[in-house]
Amino acid sequence: MPTSRRSPLLRLEVNDHVYELHAEVGTTLAEALRDDLALTGTKVACAEGHCGSCTVLVDGVPTLSCITLVHSVADAKVTTIEGLRDHQMVHAFVREDALQCGFCTPGQIVSAVALVGATPKPSTDEIRHAMAGNLCRCGAYPKIEEAIRTWQD
Amino acid sequence: MARLIRTEKEVEGRYEEVWLVVEEDVLEQWPAGAREIVGRPATRIDGLERARGEAVYTADLKLPGMLHTAVLRSPYAHARVARIDLAPALTMPGVHAAIGPGELDVLVEECGFHGAAIAAVCADTYAQARAALSRVEVDFEQLEVLIDPDEAVARGQLLGEPRVRERGDLDRGLAEADVVVMGEYTTQVVLHNSMETHQAVVQWLGDSLEVFISTQYIWGVRDEIASTLGLPGDKVRVVCNYMGGGFGSKNGADDYTFIAIELAKRTRRPVRCALTRREENLATGNRNATIQRLTIGARADGTLTALGGEYVNATGWGGWSSPVEGPMQMLYACENVKTTTWAAKINQPPMKAFRAPGFVEGTFGLESLLDVLAAKLDIDPLDLRRRNHAQHDGADGRPYSGKNLLECYRRAEPHWERRHEVRARSTGTVKRGVGMASQIWYGGGGPPSYAWVRVGSDGRAAVVTAMQDLGTGTRTAMAQIAAEELGIPLDHVTVSLGDSARGPFASISAGSSTTPSMGPAVRAAAADARRQIEEIAAQRGTPDAPLAEIVGLLEDAQILGKGGRGPNPTGMQVLTFGVQVAEVAVDIETGEVWVDRIAAVHDVGRVINPLGASSQIEGGIIQGIGHTLSEHRLHDPRTGQILTTSLDAYKLPTFADVPVIVSELIDEPDAQLTNLGSKGLGEPPIIPTAAAISNAIRDATGAEVHQLPISREEMLRALREAAAREKVGAPAGV
Ligand code: FES
Ligand code: FES
Repeated sequence: MPTSRRSPLLRLEVNDHVYELHAEVGTTLAEALRDDLALTGTKVACAEGHCGSCTVLVDGVPTLSCITLVHSVADAKVTTIEGLRDHQMVHAFVREDALQCGFCTPGQIVSAVALVGATPKPSTDEIRHAMAGNLCRCGAYPKIEEAIRTWQD
Repeated sequence: MARLIRTEKEVEGRYEEVWLVVEEDVLEQWPAGAREIVGRPATRIDGLERARGEAVYTADLKLPGMLHTAVLRSPYAHARVARIDLAPALTMPGVHAAIGPGELDVLVEECGFHGAAIAAVCADTYAQARAALSRVEVDFEQLEVLIDPDEAVARGQLLGEPRVRERGDLDRGLAEADVVVMGEYTTQVVLHNSMETHQAVVQWLGDSLEVFISTQYIWGVRDEIASTLGLPGDKVRVVCNYMGGGFGSKNGADDYTFIAIELAKRTRRPVRCALTRREENLATGNRNATIQRLTIGARADGTLTALGGEYVNATGWGGWSSPVEGPMQMLYACENVKTTTWAAKINQPPMKAFRAPGFVEGTFGLESLLDVLAAKLDIDPLDLRRRNHAQHDGADGRPYSGKNLLECYRRAEPHWERRHEVRARSTGTVKRGVGMASQIWYGGGGPPSYAWVRVGSDGRAAVVTAMQDLGTGTRTAMAQIAAEELGIPLDHVTVSLGDSARGPFASISAGSSTTPSMGPAVRAAAADARRQIEEIAAQRGTPDAPLAEIVGLLEDAQILGKGGRGPNPTGMQVLTFGVQVAEVAVDIETGEVWVDRIAAVHDVGRVINPLGASSQIEGGIIQGIGHTLSEHRLHDPRTGQILTTSLDAYKLPTFADVPVIVSELIDEPDAQLTNLGSKGLGEPPIIPTAAAISNAIRDATGAEVHQLPISREEMLRALREAAAREKVGAPAGV
């Protein structure tokens, strides 16, 4: 995708790697990750902040990248699913069959990682509360809950 | 050996008579029960790449020089494009081409629904395409809007002739009845809302076309495009390696693919056309609304003497008439049945198949009214269903290839028995109760479908077939079948699918047909490979040598097995069955309904992967709960415009809505059906959920709900009606 010559150079730290890119004002973090950095593990299902598919961590906090402007995170550390590939949570999801089509899954895993980072042994209520913003049309919820409950096994 | 047969082909409850060349199915079924690999839980073989975000979906694909498309869609439910000027859009930055009505069949001048495609622009970026689209000048002439399905039927504005299905004599059956109950039930429009929206990326390579698309049927899309464009089928390559859900909405090529193809042709660039979530909620199909006017007659002992149904499918501007009368026709033994089904053509987005189309809606009406009858007769609802169990297909007398519904009922008993204890837990304004409903559906699959299996000298095997995995775990099930037949570990099998140019024909992944259609072909191919290996072993004088030792001799030589799906048993009805028991709580002051627990027992023949199967059941039930309680696509009743186009307005089930789900499968191979005895499980679990919940509400409160979704308004209306009935002492349900 051609970027405007006029757009300023932006420094972006993603998964412990510093990128430099030209991004037009108004570019979302999801667009920058997917289109400019080719980090397509972050999925966009609604592009308006309603589904959680695009969840990434910004300084450890789960954030909807589709409604976050990339220029607003220039000084932050961004973690995407690509940075969590070897996290035990990924294996817990596979082991518990916590995914069907898999399109919502990276967002689910990012949210789950943030949850267990703060609360390593979350209760059912804590899981349901923390994950309430991540929709799964395939209905993998019961097994996602199980994966989060047993992620350290 | 191949054989030419005349056979019935069923997809989503629709039948066609076709001539088919089918492969003889010579393999004996495996004995019932878990095998080494088949019948044992397996995690998804593609789980890691999906979970890690490495799997490349159509949404992730970026081809060099690719352009992006924005589509202009009708803002009105019925309008004619009086004037359109694309020229201003073409002057906008980044724009490469624009097309409008008259330039492509899918771009229309007369728009019959909010969301109909009118024009499209492609540009270097999506933002540019969208900006340019806003410059298209268009004047609409608004036309009369017809929204009310009953009025459409009265006016004769229909899609096809009404479907009348009749056996015996309904009036005689009603005359023979000791009790007659009647009820009107309505169901709403619900949307598939797959997480990956409908989309395609296409590119022309010389006179060939490559289409990357999120689809449930790569061969169908290939053939549809080839015939529309007048191309030989093999000039169209359709690829779908991973997809983010379909649920029945992604069976065809649709407007966006043809738009991308035309724009790619004009610009000589690869073109993506991806729908936004809001377009997805307008123009990619839906489970249409229904009106069901039902009558049941029965003798005092519960024997059904008459079943009558008048069904209106609010089909939309296009689509087909879903078999909403199917459950009434098929679920119970009854000699006198008459149903009439109208498909109303109204100014609403066209329906598409959605996970057991018609049967979800029809089961809600029939099974709700059956519980009204049970109460009136003072017969236990489970007993009533047992008493009317069908021994053979009611409509045409055909025997079932296999049916274990009575066993499902037996296994449901412990769940059903909980109702006394559940009711006793009612407190204050929160009433609790238990309800049940039966399930019937197709799911037998059918020919043709083919697979290849290649075995190399490393003792590993690859299954190659041009099928697709929409997230149901198909890859894993096929790998299990091949590994079982070859006697090698599961992790020694890979499955290559999702590419029409790289594998033989495979059936659509719809109608719960993937496993029953493809599984036997994969097993046949693996068996063909195994036979060849055994022949080599025999020639060497080591007939009992392990596979790895024999194929170790091959070097670059390979064993190639091929297999086809054999015919379905002739003269038999191949169906799936089941029952669900729901436990609910209702706050009779606020009308709020909670589902606490659902137990599901389904009969789908042999189970290949119990882990994946339980996921399918949970997913179906959760979608069913959404359909029952929260999902509702709303339109303006005056203008026909769609009001709920985003995921905050359209209420999908979330984590908070999930009850305890207990799932059981009978896991008894259907002895008549293929070399596996397996049927499909994609659809059965969503079918009885709404009715089980509405019956549980009735058990808890005495209130009869008649409308989906069971909103608080509907719940409070039903409670008021029940209270009024109590006062005058009128009998229930009439
Ligand atoms: S894609 Fe960001 S919330 Fe849906
Ligand atoms: S796994 Fe398909 S949407 Fe969650």
